[in-house]
Amino acid sequence: MIEQRKSARAFPHIILWLAILIILFPIYFVFVASTRTNADILSAPMPIYPGSHLVENYGRALSEGAKNLGASAMTMMKNSFIMAMGIAVGKIVVSLLAAFAIVFFNFPGRKFCFWAIFITLMLPVEVRIMPTYKVISDLGMLNSYAGLILPMIVSATAVFLFRQFFLSVPREIAEASQIDGASSMQFFRSILVPMTRTPIAAMFVIQFIYGWNQYLWPLLITTKQEYYTLLIGINRMLSGADVLIEWQIVMATVLLALIPPVIVVVVMQKQFIAGMTDTEK
Amino acid sequence: MAKQYEFPSKGLPYLLVTPQMVIVFLFFFWPSAQAIWQSFFLQDPFGGRVIFVGFENYAKLFNDPDYWASFRVSVLFASAITISSMAVSLFLAIQTNKKIRFDSFYKTMMIWPYAVATMVAGVLWLFMFNPNVGVIAWLLKYKLGIEWNHLLKADQAFLLLTIASSWKQIAYNFVFFLAGLQSVPLPLVEAAAIDGAGPIKRFWTIIFPMLSPTTFYLLVMNLVYGFFETFPIVHQVTAGGPGKATQILVYKVWRDGVINLDLGGSSAQSVILMIMVIILTVVQFRFIERKVTY
Repeated sequence: MIEQRKSARAFPHIILWLAILIILFPIYFVFVASTRTNADILSAPMPIYPGSHLVENYGRALSEGAKNLGASAMTMMKNSFIMAMGIAVGKIVVSLLAAFAIVFFNFPGRKFCFWAIFITLMLPVEVRIMPTYKVISDLGMLNSYAGLILPMIVSATAVFLFRQFFLSVPREIAEASQIDGASSMQFFRSILVPMTRTPIAAMFVIQFIYGWNQYLWPLLITTKQEYYTLLIGINRMLSGADVLIEWQIVMATVLLALIPPVIVVVVMQKQFIAGMTDTEK
Repeated sequence: MAKQYEFPSKGLPYLLVTPQMVIVFLFFFWPSAQAIWQSFFLQDPFGGRVIFVGFENYAKLFNDPDYWASFRVSVLFASAITISSMAVSLFLAIQTNKKIRFDSFYKTMMIWPYAVATMVAGVLWLFMFNPNVGVIAWLLKYKLGIEWNHLLKADQAFLLLTIASSWKQIAYNFVFFLAGLQSVPLPLVEAAAIDGAGPIKRFWTIIFPMLSPTTFYLLVMNLVYGFFETFPIVHQVTAGGPGKATQILVYKVWRDGVINLDLGGSSAQSVILMIMVIILTVVQFRFIERKVTY
């Protein structure tokens, strides 16, 4: 590089370590709280090193949850997982089919379909809460996995990513497969989808995290404990008066909600970064 | 350009787009149309009577000081998040891009908060600043003499929301800034260095202009995040309070619709928000189009 002075070389390391400490700061204290008794936490300031109740707290969170919640973290994790997987897989399948039609076929209404999908690109559910709620309630999908998943599949990002990728696939391949007697669906299944595995992996990471972290929508449509996701459970545990909160259980649940998507991002970092920066182009 | 090969089938493409179109219509166009429709009516929340009132719901909003206050705090909030998280992530991305050792470790450590739910980010910082049990609240009170209570003090509530929202958003901006920095051609930077430009001059005259597409993209995305995607933090941390001091627009839509059951008013607000998002989408898309041709 250009600068050679020693102090200049140490500078980025100092800054980045400082940033890492700030980023990890709240996580560390949440972890400490999840290993202590509620009395420890309430006797502010809480001790700054971990206690000995880790197994007990996580065990209770997973098996029964905090008092008055009526849902265990195990159940809520299952619900968060079903929702995240449903959204990720559902979105990918539906978007692959739509992008395939838009790119590889010429049909009246193609432009219309493209624009109808495009307009939903950045529209979050937050801005159309009430009417979407009404649709789900009319369809009888309150307190159901279908109700949690289906409205979240609307979004153009995946269609766009796949469309871009499909546009870069040489058409000779499609033509050749046709000449060899393969149907268009055979081409899709055995040639196009395998070629698309990198963008699919990228989309999977992004959509899994998106689904796992949904908040407003499950907040609206889940009133029964057996459909609570982790985030809804955390909200319910915190909504009582301060003195009634079992902080140690809440904090254990917070970490259980935080760790799975973080693992996905860290393990699939390459695909994740590629997916994010590709949708920009 | 030769005509691209296309499959000859007639019916199949319709079949293929059907799932996507059904979902888009059922959960986007239909609810949006409903929102527009309902925004012209005054509704009895318990079913029954509906009265057509024209633009009255909108007029009521525009004459409501609460709505303008909510608008103002949303703009301030989105700007605060955008500026702070973009500045910090650009700075960190520059440090990571200096060809230093362990840069992939640093990268991972900067990126993982992307996976943390907005709501969880709110809970993390809520726990730090809780007036009774929070570590930072305790430090502020007993070491610095600052009484922290975001449930009573509006500026503290705003600050806490900004910290939690920016903390989470830094990862997203970092990914894009780092990718942008890595695409700046090194020979250009080195040539400037040989010509005697110092690091700060090199940054402002070469690197920053070359980053402008990334910066613009992130500007729009951060505003969208600040305006529309911070509902979970506001809902969990301040519930729009104290009073209505941190009631951002998406929180108000939710409160008026779900809690106050004012469907007409909530729908009118939804329509305004949708128009805002669509404008931002078009701006973003225009810009992306231009970049593609360039």
